[in-house]
Amino acid sequence: MKLRIFHQTVYRYDRPVRNLVQSLRLTPSVFEGQRTHDWAISVSGGTRGPGFRDGAGDWIEGWTVRGPTEEVTVTVTGRVETRDTAGVLRGYRELIHPLAYLRDTVATKPDEGLRDLAGSVTDTTDFLDLAHRLSAGVSEAIAYAPGQTEFHTTAAEALAQGQGVCQDHAHALIAVARLRDLPARYVSGYLHSTTEGEPHEAAHAWAEIHVQGLGWVGFDPANRCCPDERYVRLGSGLDASDAAPIRGIAAGQGIETLDVAVNVEEVERFQTQSQSQTQS
Amino acid sequence: MSYYNEMYEGSRVREPYARLSQWVETMPADFRQMKQAEAEALFRRIGITFAVYGEGGDPDRLIPFDMMPRVFEQSEWRKLERGIKQRARALNAFLRDVYGRAEIVRAGRIPARLVYQNEAYEKAVVGVVPPRGVYSHIIGIDLVRTSKDEFFVLEDNCRTPSGVSYMLENREIMMRMFPGLFRGNRIEPVDQYPDLLRRTLESVAPAKCHDRPTCVVLTPGHFNSAYYEHSFLANLMGVELVEGADLFVDGEFVYMRTTQGPKRVDVIYRRIDDPFLDPLCFRPDSMLGVPGLMDVYRSGGVSICSAPGAGVADDKAIYTFVPEMVRFYLGEEPMLQNVQTWTLWKDDDYRYVMEHLPDLVVKEVHGSGGYGMLVGPKSTKEEIETFRRKIEADPGNYIAQPTLALSTCPTFVAEGLAPRHVDLRPYCLCGDRIELVPGGLTRVALREGSLVVNSSQGGGVKDTWVLSE
Repeated sequence: MKLRIFHQTVYRYDRPVRNLVQSLRLTPSVFEGQRTHDWAISVSGGTRGPGFRDGAGDWIEGWTVRGPTEEVTVTVTGRVETRDTAGVLRGYRELIHPLAYLRDTVATKPDEGLRDLAGSVTDTTDFLDLAHRLSAGVSEAIAYAPGQTEFHTTAAEALAQGQGVCQDHAHALIAVARLRDLPARYVSGYLHSTTEGEPHEAAHAWAEIHVQGLGWVGFDPANRCCPDERYVRLGSGLDASDAAPIRGIAAGQGIETLDVAVNVEEVERFQTQSQSQTQS
Repeated sequence: MSYYNEMYEGSRVREPYARLSQWVETMPADFRQMKQAEAEALFRRIGITFAVYGEGGDPDRLIPFDMMPRVFEQSEWRKLERGIKQRARALNAFLRDVYGRAEIVRAGRIPARLVYQNEAYEKAVVGVVPPRGVYSHIIGIDLVRTSKDEFFVLEDNCRTPSGVSYMLENREIMMRMFPGLFRGNRIEPVDQYPDLLRRTLESVAPAKCHDRPTCVVLTPGHFNSAYYEHSFLANLMGVELVEGADLFVDGEFVYMRTTQGPKRVDVIYRRIDDPFLDPLCFRPDSMLGVPGLMDVYRSGGVSICSAPGAGVADDKAIYTFVPEMVRFYLGEEPMLQNVQTWTLWKDDDYRYVMEHLPDLVVKEVHGSGGYGMLVGPKSTKEEIETFRRKIEADPGNYIAQPTLALSTCPTFVAEGLAPRHVDLRPYCLCGDRIELVPGGLTRVALREGSLVVNSSQGGGVKDTWVLSE
């Protein structure tokens, strides 16, 4: 699939802020399922700081805005050519040992409910099968319901509530996978919606589970599938906060509000101009 | 149990203590009391009242200073020094390895889970190689002695070991109060420590730094129990003492606010724990750190000492593998011995420990400061049974060691000199070279018979002498 992506986040402050610092994980991953063309990140009034690939294989870019300012806009545009790898993160370069992803965070801390859910899958010895069934279990247990949870909702809370969004599904799957001793992590990215009215957003999140013999495999309990060519992977972490595409902080007393616009559209072909840019 | 007395062999005074012995014998009791009061007044005036090693407790309480120095012969020290340097090299090699290819794990010499599931293992710095490959720049190695030639390592401190200001102040105060003692004995100096520390920090400046490196000491602030030490060291090194809010990231570098405008910072000697260093990488709620610092660090714009993630080498569970690290990375036999350690998450060890609780010392894996530990031989039956239930609830959280016959040093008590148990923490500096000043900090358990030297448990400190040839 050839996808054109536009992702804009506007931060507004009721009073001017200074020294805004951001750490951005907003560049598509490099693996067999994705090829990126003319990707561009810009931060209004900002200076591009350090850029580097971290041990998890994510491209990280730091930006600073001296200010004072009342508005900062982070704009990401680019095109990604995707291929279905059945969720398997093949041809990906990373250095972190999978066992480092067995650690709990506040968002994924297990409780009785999560333990029950993790223990509900029995009679399987195959890790991939186990992962699929845990993912299906999470899809069953948490209904998609926007607005019922917020950023700080934990996996345990979402499960108890039986409702949530992709972040909650991912957290719950990570928690139950870790309970079964499968390394698991949170992935943030984009999703191209192919069906009209399907309940998902273009900014998306899912989970990856490390399966012996296969490596990292994506699971999207919110959509009851594994990531395919509609998915664009940006980066990963132990939970949503750790994998956040944008982490930022500003000095000053200003209260922040934000507006996010994400558009992922399929295009017939990329313009020749953009292709020549990637080769330059 | 018999204990090695570092000053006396029977009634004979050991050679290094010969002159000190005369000094004590000729000292009138009222003079000693006067001097002891003077020492306390000096400590109070300088303001050195913090708790060592983050032990908590009353931060304004004075740690008792014992005027009777502890003495090492040159040959004893040389041997120790070689062992400490060897251990420091192995610990840094281990850190370089586990944040890189992890050969020691691949070789099956250390269990993968112990490394990767360790709380102190920071996945954010995997693949980041700090300048000169050094992760831990100041290593405090806690040693105890059990006989003339036997020293054991109790624990390693690879993050930000504290207490070095005591080492410096103890000497300063002894020299001020008893100048004659230092004329009559040839004692290796320790006051070069701040210069060595600064040189060490400068030697690990990032490649992007082209001038003389600008170093700073980063403190969590004046409410921290070791704030005195932070300001003391910054002052003696001649570098700025800063808090998180004094630093900021702009573009690819970190800057410090000064009255002359922003100044680029190359090396940060941080006395802030990893989780608080940068809210954009670690705890989002940290107000103590510098936003964006980790991105600058990971892209080579600034050095952080010790490197984030260095703590994985000094955990009590990893400790049992340090001799293995020495063999694996250096191809040498360890010169310093570990204390035999039973890890309670292993079934055999668990059984042994539960059957021998009255003879053993049991500690929490992440505990410190002498809290949450059981000293079997010094505990009542009830205390042992209470502790047994704690272990049963969470065996993975405990290790056990034999009760060591810690050496004693003569220490001033109301009636004169009496033997008290001691340990030693030398401070090893790792940069382009590995260096340490002769001696270190001696802690002494002031309560008669006590084996716990922590200041929170009634411990004091002594000046530590290494005699010149």
